[in-house]
Amino acid sequence: MSDVLLEMRGITKTFPGVKALDDVSFSVRRGEIHALVGENGAGKSTLMKVLSGVYPYGSYEGDILFEGKECQFHDIRASERQGIVIIHQELALVPELSITENIFLGNEQQTNGVISWGASHDRARKLLKRVGLDESPDTKVGRIGVGKQQLVEIAKALSKEVTLLILDEPTSSLNENDSQALLNLLKEFRSKGISCVLISHKLNEVESVADSITILRDGRSIETLDATGGNVSEDRIIRGMVGRDLTHRFPEREAEIGEVLLEVEHWNVAHPIYDDRMVIKDISINVRAGEVVGIAGLMGAGRTEFAMSVFGHSWGRFVSGTVKKRGVPIDVSTIPKAIKNGVAYVTEDRKTYGLVLGSSVKTNITMANLDGVSNGLVVSDPKEIQVANRYRDQLQIKSSSVLQSTVNLSGGNQQKVVLSKWLFAEPDVLILDEPTRGIDVGAKFEIYTIVNRLAASGKAIILISSELPEVLGMADRIYVMAAGEIAAEMPVAEASQESIMKAIMRLNRAGVEEVVL
Amino acid sequence: MTAAPDPATPAPVKATGAAGELLHFFRSNARQYGMLVALVVAVAIFQVATNGIMLKPLNVTNIFLQNGYIVLMALGMLLIIVVGHIDLSVGSVAAFTGAVAAVLMVNQHMDPIVASLVALGIGALIGAWQGFWVAYMAIPSFIVTLSGMLLFRGLTLFMLNGQPVGPFPGSFRAIASGFLPDPFGGDGLKLSSLILAGVLSALVVYIDFRGRREEHKYGFESQPIYLFIARNVGIVAGIMFLAFLMSQYEGLPNVLVLVLALTGLYIFVTNRTVVGRRIYAVGGNAKAAMLSGVNSKRLVFLTFVNMGVLAALGGLVFAARLNSATPKAGNGFELDVIAAAFVGGASAYGGVGTVLGAVIGALFLGVLNIGMGILSIGIDYQQAIKALVLLGAVYFDVSSKRKAG
Repeated sequence: MSDVLLEMRGITKTFPGVKALDDVSFSVRRGEIHALVGENGAGKSTLMKVLSGVYPYGSYEGDILFEGKECQFHDIRASERQGIVIIHQELALVPELSITENIFLGNEQQTNGVISWGASHDRARKLLKRVGLDESPDTKVGRIGVGKQQLVEIAKALSKEVTLLILDEPTSSLNENDSQALLNLLKEFRSKGISCVLISHKLNEVESVADSITILRDGRSIETLDATGGNVSEDRIIRGMVGRDLTHRFPEREAEIGEVLLEVEHWNVAHPIYDDRMVIKDISINVRAGEVVGIAGLMGAGRTEFAMSVFGHSWGRFVSGTVKKRGVPIDVSTIPKAIKNGVAYVTEDRKTYGLVLGSSVKTNITMANLDGVSNGLVVSDPKEIQVANRYRDQLQIKSSSVLQSTVNLSGGNQQKVVLSKWLFAEPDVLILDEPTRGIDVGAKFEIYTIVNRLAASGKAIILISSELPEVLGMADRIYVMAAGEIAAEMPVAEASQESIMKAIMRLNRAGVEEVVL
Repeated sequence: MTAAPDPATPAPVKATGAAGELLHFFRSNARQYGMLVALVVAVAIFQVATNGIMLKPLNVTNIFLQNGYIVLMALGMLLIIVVGHIDLSVGSVAAFTGAVAAVLMVNQHMDPIVASLVALGIGALIGAWQGFWVAYMAIPSFIVTLSGMLLFRGLTLFMLNGQPVGPFPGSFRAIASGFLPDPFGGDGLKLSSLILAGVLSALVVYIDFRGRREEHKYGFESQPIYLFIARNVGIVAGIMFLAFLMSQYEGLPNVLVLVLALTGLYIFVTNRTVVGRRIYAVGGNAKAAMLSGVNSKRLVFLTFVNMGVLAALGGLVFAARLNSATPKAGNGFELDVIAAAFVGGASAYGGVGTVLGAVIGALFLGVLNIGMGILSIGIDYQQAIKALVLLGAVYFDVSSKRKAG
């Protein structure tokens, strides 16, 4: 038995007009955690799809050797039979089915087509124990949080006798605790001889758990770093990913902070279904002109719910509270009214809530302010194209023209289109919810620059982010949210990752249950 | 403008030479022209198969007389489908509003214009009723309109006591079976019809030309000039040819004039207006549209009101054509109307579809009906053939999208 579990040699995969992978080599040793990093579009997912048979043998060039044997996978089932299991970023679980049913979906514990529920539940229970998930196997998957769903996915992978587990951005929607638990689980698997390929944008995680790190850039494998000694720094990885040193991850800004622009006072919101459950409890915040205010907190702290309820009561059932702009109360009870009063909300989920993907860049940009390119009734084509081109140039949206459909744009460019839409609505207050989620390092810097420019132009920015370095690097002042309340408020000079986490823990320890949506 | 409001232009592929340019153009516009080409091919095949009977003036006129009401309803259905819903009740609504008009005109001797307006108003109310349940009560449109289909069929029977009511006054019948008056009194050709066709041609060319000038002004890739000219020559030739044929018979039917005017109006609404833009946005991604400040509930409600009015209009035209309102009127119309929209390239998932496509789809089905009728193909085969055409058209649509995406 050799030390090398998987070897991919000279993999080249072309799509019409694009070479997604160009002579990529990638090898994984037995019992290691191997991180695969690179900017969006570098080819990470494509490489894993080649490996797992999503792109069948014959549609790419190059060889795959697994456990020393050459493999020709024609579909996912073929690779799963060899013990290669991939867990995608978007979880493939059926919310209405139980944990047991999900674990054995497509692989039912059966004799002659009749499912043995006893055996299924029994095995499910054992698998759940292995991944450390304390839930009844009868529970519907839709009832448990994302972190636990992730564990169900892993249990499902284990049920298939996995030898190589591939995780695509497994922690992108997990809070710090769940992320840590997941990473610990990977370490445990490593000790049992299961290898993991970890695709992640969170370089601090990569740094802490990976044994080797392979960097892809523009469809080529740039280098593989040995990280067993923990001697590879984040900066070193970033240098490999972008091909240059990124001296500052956050652009410099001289804050010119003016009057208080927006105040939210004693804001209370109940759950949309369970009326008696308060999700947002007596929150009061304010933001000044030219100021970037960060809202830090864990997943489920109620940040998105708070922001959306301020933006036209678009989440939950409004209970009480007032919003003032420049000291005067404003009506934000519907989205059109909120927009008219100068409030804009850039969603954390651009594909589901931000864009009409089938429509063009131009159509998306003008969607929230059609009055700005029409006489109220008829849209003026020339005006609309001018507006779209203006934002395309300003924000450097990379597209063939403003008529290109947004579905084909990269994540960073899609985010710029969503930003353009809200900039064109000319708000005074811009609420940005996880504006850089799933965006690569280079595009992040561009988004930060835009945010700073907006603040400099006198707008008030509320920045919601789960990435603490982002909040610390961008904000002038930070609110910490936990369990639907403001746990702390601090100027950025006094804030640190530790002080923020401490504030959260202090409130969470007060015995408030985690909010599950 | 024939383009969809959102021509999702794929990234330009470097094509070499005129041939490459041509190929690229056709590839990226296959969906837009595919249906039109299919329509022309179908007409050509029937023309040969029927030994030239297909394009006799009488038959050409009949295509429009027999399908006018389907086209009218397809205009409303297209919007319903684009906004992400469906309406199964249009046949019953058409029957009911036709019955109301008949009872008012024939039994109560009401003025035809007033009676027609009442019928259209009732169509709007019916649309509002269904739109209320769909938009504000969040009941799936399939269920609401399935209920409507039964409800209004029942009310039609009640209204008519199970008996046909007719005949209508002549002025009312003229909507469906009348022709454009010809003050020039020509014996052979109907001049007024030819003049109207000429005006229409000029309008189409003007709009197309203006669109091209705009494309140039903003530096967009546009089709090669010779194709542009060829296309316009083709369109004008087609319009004038059809008008010439019909002028040899009675001239342009009133229904056709109505259909043309409303088609033009709805093309304008979908392509150029704020409301049209919002309909596509809601259909493409209702959540994103809502968070962009679009009142999607009201919009869905209004598309149903619009559908109700157009279904009533279709019902009036159909009743006028039959010269009576019957309990069974409009049976199965919903299928023809929905099929027209889908054959014309609308997506069952919402957000995609063009008015012109739906009109061409309706005409395509109409040509199949007439052509197969002339060939005396049995009704059994006719149904089966139409069914396969529908499936084929949607398959073509889905597969071309897959290739493009």
